[in-house]
Amino acid sequence: MTMTHMDANSPAHGSSKFPAGMMAATGAERAIAGAGLPEKISVRNLDFFYDGYRALKSISLPLYDRQVTAFIGPSGCGKSTLLRILNRMYDLYPKQVATGEVMLDGVNILSPKQDLNLLRARVGMVFQKPTPFPMSIYDNIAFGVKLYEKLSRADMDERVEFSLRRAALWDEVKDKLRQNGMSLSGGQQQRLCIARAIAVKPSVLLLDEPTSALDPISTAKCEELIDELRSDYCIAIVTHNMQQAARISNFTAFMYLGELIEFGNTEEIFTNPTKEKTSEYITGRFG
Amino acid sequence: MTMSNSATLATPIGGLYHRRRIANKLALTLALGAACFGLFWLVAILWTLLYNGLSAINLSLFTENTPPPGGEGGLLNAIFGSVIMTTVATLVGTPVGVMAGTYLAEFGRNTKLAEVVRFINDVLLSAPSIMVGLFVYEVLVVRMGHFSAWAGAMALAVLVIPVVVRTTEDMLKLVPNSLREAAAALGAPQWKVITMVAYRAARNGMITGVLLAIARISGETAPLLFTALNNQFWSADMNAPMANLPVVIFQYAMSPYEDWRQLAWGGALLITVAILLLNIGARLLAGLGTTRK
Repeated sequence: MTMTHMDANSPAHGSSKFPAGMMAATGAERAIAGAGLPEKISVRNLDFFYDGYRALKSISLPLYDRQVTAFIGPSGCGKSTLLRILNRMYDLYPKQVATGEVMLDGVNILSPKQDLNLLRARVGMVFQKPTPFPMSIYDNIAFGVKLYEKLSRADMDERVEFSLRRAALWDEVKDKLRQNGMSLSGGQQQRLCIARAIAVKPSVLLLDEPTSALDPISTAKCEELIDELRSDYCIAIVTHNMQQAARISNFTAFMYLGELIEFGNTEEIFTNPTKEKTSEYITGRFG
Repeated sequence: MTMSNSATLATPIGGLYHRRRIANKLALTLALGAACFGLFWLVAILWTLLYNGLSAINLSLFTENTPPPGGEGGLLNAIFGSVIMTTVATLVGTPVGVMAGTYLAEFGRNTKLAEVVRFINDVLLSAPSIMVGLFVYEVLVVRMGHFSAWAGAMALAVLVIPVVVRTTEDMLKLVPNSLREAAAALGAPQWKVITMVAYRAARNGMITGVLLAIARISGETAPLLFTALNNQFWSADMNAPMANLPVVIFQYAMSPYEDWRQLAWGGALLITVAILLLNIGARLLAGLGTTRK
């Protein structure tokens, strides 16, 4: 179910297949950048508090299905915080509170009735540092799958291969699936984590600076991977690397001091930002 | 850099530097001396033990029961009793300790209850073992009306718990939170995160803790004096008093009979070697844990 209220305004449901850049909005239309694309997640008037400190200030933005949305901004501006709300990771810690609405397929996931484990199975996350579990490569992938599906041995083998292939790791590890996941290189570990996230068949992928701990070649591989995954998932990526945001995202959100300064098509944001702060940041004058 | 180098060559600072070198040498010598002093006694004890104990080690030590004065015999019943009671104590104490440690590290973080439990556990960790013996005497032996191996095993279990609680908590706290988050991000409920991921990451450290706990209780005498007592004869009945190495050593070492004292030396060497092996095993496991991160 990807239908949302946005679809009612524009029946062009198939438009999700268009690259977002083709729908370049002019300055005046900026407010409805991406209009017509199905909204997977709608964030509305979101506030977030760390023990009373307001870290996010009434954020509203859409995350479109089968598109990559990049979050950029200086350190501490709330990018990761926003990401961690989308799968309610913050719930692991006391004294962290989010108010407002985050609609995923039309359901408010901030509602206390939301089952957190089921939500997290649908909204996968990859972290800044690779976090392979201390078990074999095979078990790393099977771990998440086993939580919600009872697969036969053959089906599980197939799922592991599918995920590893999707994460462009299969050829490198197919002969050592029984080896400990921690024996892989950093770049391989990160792709293993992406494979692990994909294996549970989520519809949203949250990537929190997934390449900041990787070397340039591994980074390039991960970016290629993200580019391929965009056709199947709604992807949100936090990055400190402006070029990376420009390269891989369809939409870009610029955040500063807990506020969403500007949101729009990536091309527009990088070539013709409307806000001065945005242009200052992307040209490297601060941050 | 070059400026500060030339400054140290100037005479007044050179004098200061010289004094520092002397102070450094002095401190190093004192530290080395202290280490040697401690090591000397350790070596002296081990040497005495080996010197006196090795001659007592023979096959009958492992195949015959404790003898009457003047008779031929070994320590079979005592070795058996020690192994049984240590095993039961470990089997009882480890699950309790692991669960309590898990509570402290995973569920009770920053709660008042956990703070209280942690404090009490620390007190228990350093409590004199004779108090534990008296406690179990009061609670079990008096009510049952007689000494028993069960009571001995329970007293030892009480000693196992705090060690295991402490190491379990410490090892689980070393597991990076990012690993827990990663598991939770896949939709794993907390108990799965703990049992499937955190335990696995902390496994070597936790096993090390259990080994250290076994090493600690296998030499305990005081808690057994009031609980398992001792038994001159072969007994595998957990409801009856049972022989055990520490108490046998305690009694035989102070006896006037030369052959009993000889057996005590043998038993002491046996325990020491066993504890040494356990400690080395624990070290190796802990080492494995750090290299694999």
